[in-house]
Amino acid sequence: MQQTNREFGPLAMLRPVSWGDGVVLLGIGVLLYAGVRLAMGAPEWIKGPEIHLTPEVLPYYLARSLGRMLAAYALSILFSLIYGSLAARHRTAEKILLPLLDVMQSVPILSFLPVVLLGLSAVLPRGLALELSAIVLIFTSQAWNLTFAWYQSLTTIPADLKEASSIFRFSPRMRFRKLELPFAAISLIWNSMMSWAGGWFFLMASEIFMTGNQDFRLPGLGSYLQAAANAGDLQALAWGLAALVGTIVLLDQIVWCPLLVWSRRFKLGTAEEDIPPASWFYKALRSSYLLTDLRGRLSGPFTRFSDLRKPRRKAGRIMTFRRFFERGGRFIFYGIGLAGLSAILYETYQAAQLLSGVPWSDWGRIGFGVLATSLRVLVSLIIALAWTVPLGVAIGTNRRLAAWLQPVIQITASIPATALFPIILLFVLKLPGGLEMAAVLLMLLGSQWYLLFNVIAGASAIPQDLKHTATLLQLSRRLRWRTLILPSLFPYIITGAITAGGGAWNASIVAEYVRFGGETFFTVGVGSLIAQATAAGDYPLLLASTLAMILAVTVANRLVWRRFYRTAEEKYRMD
Amino acid sequence: MGKPDSFLELKNVSQVYTVGERQFTAIEDFSLTLKEGEFCALLGPSGCGKSTLLRIITGLQAPTGGKVLYRSRPLTGVNPHAAMVFQTFALFPWLTVQENVELALEARGLPARVRNDRALEILDRVGLDGFETAYPRELSGGMRQKVGFARAIAVEPELLCLDEPFSSLDILSAETLRRELLELWTGGRLPTRAILMVTHSIEEAVFMADRIVVMDKDPGRLMTDFKVGLAHPRDRKDRGFEAVVDNVYSLLAGQTEPDHVELGAEPAAPGPTRRLPNVHISDLSGLLEHLESARDHQDDIYALAEDLKMNSDHLLNLIQAAELLGFATVWKGDIRLTPLGETFAATGIIGRKEIFAVRLKRLSFFKWLASILRASEKSRQRWDVIEAALGLEFHPAEARQQLERIVEWGRYAELLSYDDKSRVIYLEPATESPP
Repeated sequence: MQQTNREFGPLAMLRPVSWGDGVVLLGIGVLLYAGVRLAMGAPEWIKGPEIHLTPEVLPYYLARSLGRMLAAYALSILFSLIYGSLAARHRTAEKILLPLLDVMQSVPILSFLPVVLLGLSAVLPRGLALELSAIVLIFTSQAWNLTFAWYQSLTTIPADLKEASSIFRFSPRMRFRKLELPFAAISLIWNSMMSWAGGWFFLMASEIFMTGNQDFRLPGLGSYLQAAANAGDLQALAWGLAALVGTIVLLDQIVWCPLLVWSRRFKLGTAEEDIPPASWFYKALRSSYLLTDLRGRLSGPFTRFSDLRKPRRKAGRIMTFRRFFERGGRFIFYGIGLAGLSAILYETYQAAQLLSGVPWSDWGRIGFGVLATSLRVLVSLIIALAWTVPLGVAIGTNRRLAAWLQPVIQITASIPATALFPIILLFVLKLPGGLEMAAVLLMLLGSQWYLLFNVIAGASAIPQDLKHTATLLQLSRRLRWRTLILPSLFPYIITGAITAGGGAWNASIVAEYVRFGGETFFTVGVGSLIAQATAAGDYPLLLASTLAMILAVTVANRLVWRRFYRTAEEKYRMD
Repeated sequence: MGKPDSFLELKNVSQVYTVGERQFTAIEDFSLTLKEGEFCALLGPSGCGKSTLLRIITGLQAPTGGKVLYRSRPLTGVNPHAAMVFQTFALFPWLTVQENVELALEARGLPARVRNDRALEILDRVGLDGFETAYPRELSGGMRQKVGFARAIAVEPELLCLDEPFSSLDILSAETLRRELLELWTGGRLPTRAILMVTHSIEEAVFMADRIVVMDKDPGRLMTDFKVGLAHPRDRKDRGFEAVVDNVYSLLAGQTEPDHVELGAEPAAPGPTRRLPNVHISDLSGLLEHLESARDHQDDIYALAEDLKMNSDHLLNLIQAAELLGFATVWKGDIRLTPLGETFAATGIIGRKEIFAVRLKRLSFFKWLASILRASEKSRQRWDVIEAALGLEFHPAEARQQLERIVEWGRYAELLSYDDKSRVIYLEPATESPP
C-alpha cells in the first residue's frame, strides 16, 4: 500500500471557532452526565468470565473480536452515509452537524469508556451491556473520519459532473450509485482502513477494562492477551500476538489491498501513480474463470430484474423528506431542536449540581492531573518526532528503501498499542519509575505512526525540481534541512501531530492506572483520575475529570494547533 | 405544440446575486427567441454571463427575473428536451465509453437491450467504434469530447447546448471535431432541432453558426444579434468570412473613447468605475513590441489574433489595457500604437517602469488607492481593509481580483509595495507626497 497525498495530506480539519462549538461541548457534557447518572445504578461487584489461555480457544476468541469489529464497522458506515448526506445537503443541519463532528473527532474517546460501560451495565443484562459498550466504543473510534470523508466527497464532487447528472436527469438512486459512491470510493476505502486500525486499538481496550471491584472482561483476543500477561504466560502471549498480527495481515492482504487496487478505477485525475498499488489476491480473483463465470450468471438475471423494476420507480418518494422539510416540516424540525435545547439546559443545570459536589481539593488534583498528562503527551510527541522525521524523510525520498521498509512499517503500525501494553507492563513495571515509563511508551505507541505516515507523505511530495535546485546550489546538509525539507514537511507534521496528540491523550486513560498481577499501580494524571474515580464509584469526580480532559484537548486543538495549522496553510503550502 | 417560431424564448431574463446587502447584476434584461433549425452562437468576453445564461436556458439554474419559455410553456426545473456538452467533458471517469453513453439512456428508463443498441449505433456514428470498452482516461481530449457529444445526442434532445465544447482541446482535434459536428448537423443526421453554442472565440462562432448573439459585460446584456449569411462548408480564407470576423472584432474591441470616459470614475465616486483588464504586464509588453515591429505601428485586430495565435478573449483584454494606459488607440477594428506606446516598446526596463508609473498614476482607480494609503498611518493599509472598501463597488471575487491587479501593476511601477507576511499594502516613499 502506498500513502498518497490525498489520504495523508493536510486536511482542512480545523475550522474557526464558532457558536456551534459551545453548543456541541455543552451537549457532550450533558451526554456524559446522563451516562454518569445511569452509572450510579451499576452493580458494585462485577466479575468477568474466566479467560482460558490454551491456544485452542484462540479461534473462538478471534471470531468474537472480529464480530465486534464488523458490527461496529457496519454501524459506522450506516451512520456516516446518513449523517454525511444530511450535513452536505441541508444548510441548517450543516451548522450543527459539522462542529459536532469536529469535536467528536478530537475528543479522547477512551475517556467515555468508563461512563459508557457503567451506564450500560446499570440498565442492561451484563453480557449484553459489555458487548454493546465495546461495539459503541469501537464505533466511536471508526465513525467520525468516515463521516467526514463522505461529507467531504459529497461537497467536492466536480460541478460539471453534478450538472451532467442533472441535465441527463438521474434519479436520486442513480446519482448515489453512479456518481456519489464512486466518487467517494477511494477516500472511503482509505478511511475504512484507518478506522479498522483505530478499531483494533479500542477493541483491545474495551475488552480488558478493570477497575476496583469491577472487572469488565469480554471473551476475545484483547482479554486473552491481558490474561496471558497477567499470568506471566509467555507462550500464551506469543500465541495471542501471532493470532492478532496474522489476522491483521490477512485482512490487509485479502480485503484492503484488493479493494485499493480495484478502487483505482475511481480516480478522477489522469496521472498515473509512480508505484501503482498491487495485490496478488486481486489478480488471482480477476484471473479466476470460476468467478468470472459465476459473476456473469449472477449479474445477468439481476440486471434484467432491475430493468423490469426501473420504469415504475419514481423519484417522488425519495423527495418527500425534502418536500416535507420545506413545507411545514421545517417548524416541526425547529420545534424538536428547541425541545432538545431546553432539555440540554435543564440537564446542564443538573450536571452543574453534581459537579458542585466535587471538593476543591479534587479540582486541584484535576488541574494538576491535566498538567501532568499534558506533559506526558508532549514528551511522547517529542520522542515520536525525534525518530519519525529522519526515518520518514529517508523513506519518503528513497524509493528503494521505501520498497522494503514500507510493508514492514505497515504491519508494525497495525498492531494496536493496547494489545502490546500488557507485555510492556510485564517487562517494564519492575524497573524504577516503571509505570511512568510504561505510560509514556504506550502513548508513544499509540501516536507515533500518525506522525511517521504524514512525514513520509510530506517527504515524497517535495517537488523534484526543488530537490535538484538544492543539489545544484550545493546546499549543506543543514541548510538543506532548514530551507527545503523542514518547511515542506511542516504542514504534514502539524496534521500528523494533531492526530498523534489525540492518540496520546486516549492512551493516557489505560496507561496511567493499571491493575497488573493482582496489584494496582497508578501515577498522577487526569487519565489516572478518571480510572480511579471509576474504581471508587466517585461519580462527581468521574464526570469532572472526563469533562476536564475533553476541554483540555479541545482548547489545545483550537488555541495551539489551529495557529500552527493556519501558518502551515498560508505559508508552507506547495502549489 | 406552440407556434413554429417560438421554439425557445427568453423574456427579460436577469440574474442578480446578493452578497450581504449589496447586489450584483450578472445578466440584465436579456431577451432572445430561438427558432427551430437554428445554430446560434452566444459570444462575449469572459465574465459576461454567457455560461450562466446557458444554465438558465437548460433549467439547471433559475433566473432571478424574467421568464424562459420552451415551446410557449414556462420552464420549471431542468428542461427534459435539452442536452449539454461541457467544456470539461464531464464524463464519469469510472465508466467506460459505452457505459457513459448508456447512463444517459438508463436515466430515461430505457431497457438494457435498447440502451446497448442505441449506444453502439451512436458511437459508430461519431466514429468511436472500437473504443466502447475504453475508459475516458485512455482517450485523447478530442476523443473524450466525442463521447460527450455521443452522450448528448443519444438522448435525442430537441435543443443541444454546447458550453465552449472545443476550448479545452488542442487546435487540430478542435478543428476536426468542429467539421464533424457541422457535417452531422448540416447533413440532417442529428435528431436535434436547434443548437446553442457558447463560445469566446469569434472565429469559431463565425465558422459554425448561422446566427451570432453578441453579449457585453458589466452587466451582461445583449449587444447585437445578427445572421451569418455564409454557405456551409465555410472557408476561413474566404473574403466574406474575414469580413464578418473583422466586423465582430471591431464590435467587441469598441473604439478608444475620450480620456474622461476611458479612465472612468474612482471606486467610491458616482459613475461607472473602470475595471482593470485581467492581464499581466509581460503580456502587454509583448503586444506593444509586436505592434512596434508592424508596418506603420498598426495592425488589424483580427490579423493580430491570427499572428499571435491568441484566443480572442485574451487579446481583447490586452488591447483594453493598452488603451486604458494610453499606449494604443483602437479605431474600426484596427489598433495603432500611440507615440507613448512606441517609446515604451523601444526603451529598456527602467524606462518602461517610469513610463508605466506615470500612466498608472492617472488611473482613477490608482488615485483612489493612493489617497487611501496617504490618509493612513505610515502610508500603509491592510489588504483586507482595501478589499472590503472595494467590495462596495464590486462583487467580492471581483474586488479581490481587481486589487490583485492594481497591486501587481503598482509593484511593477515601483509605486506600491506589498508585504505578504503582514498582508499590508504601502506606498513607496517616492509616491508618498501627492503629485
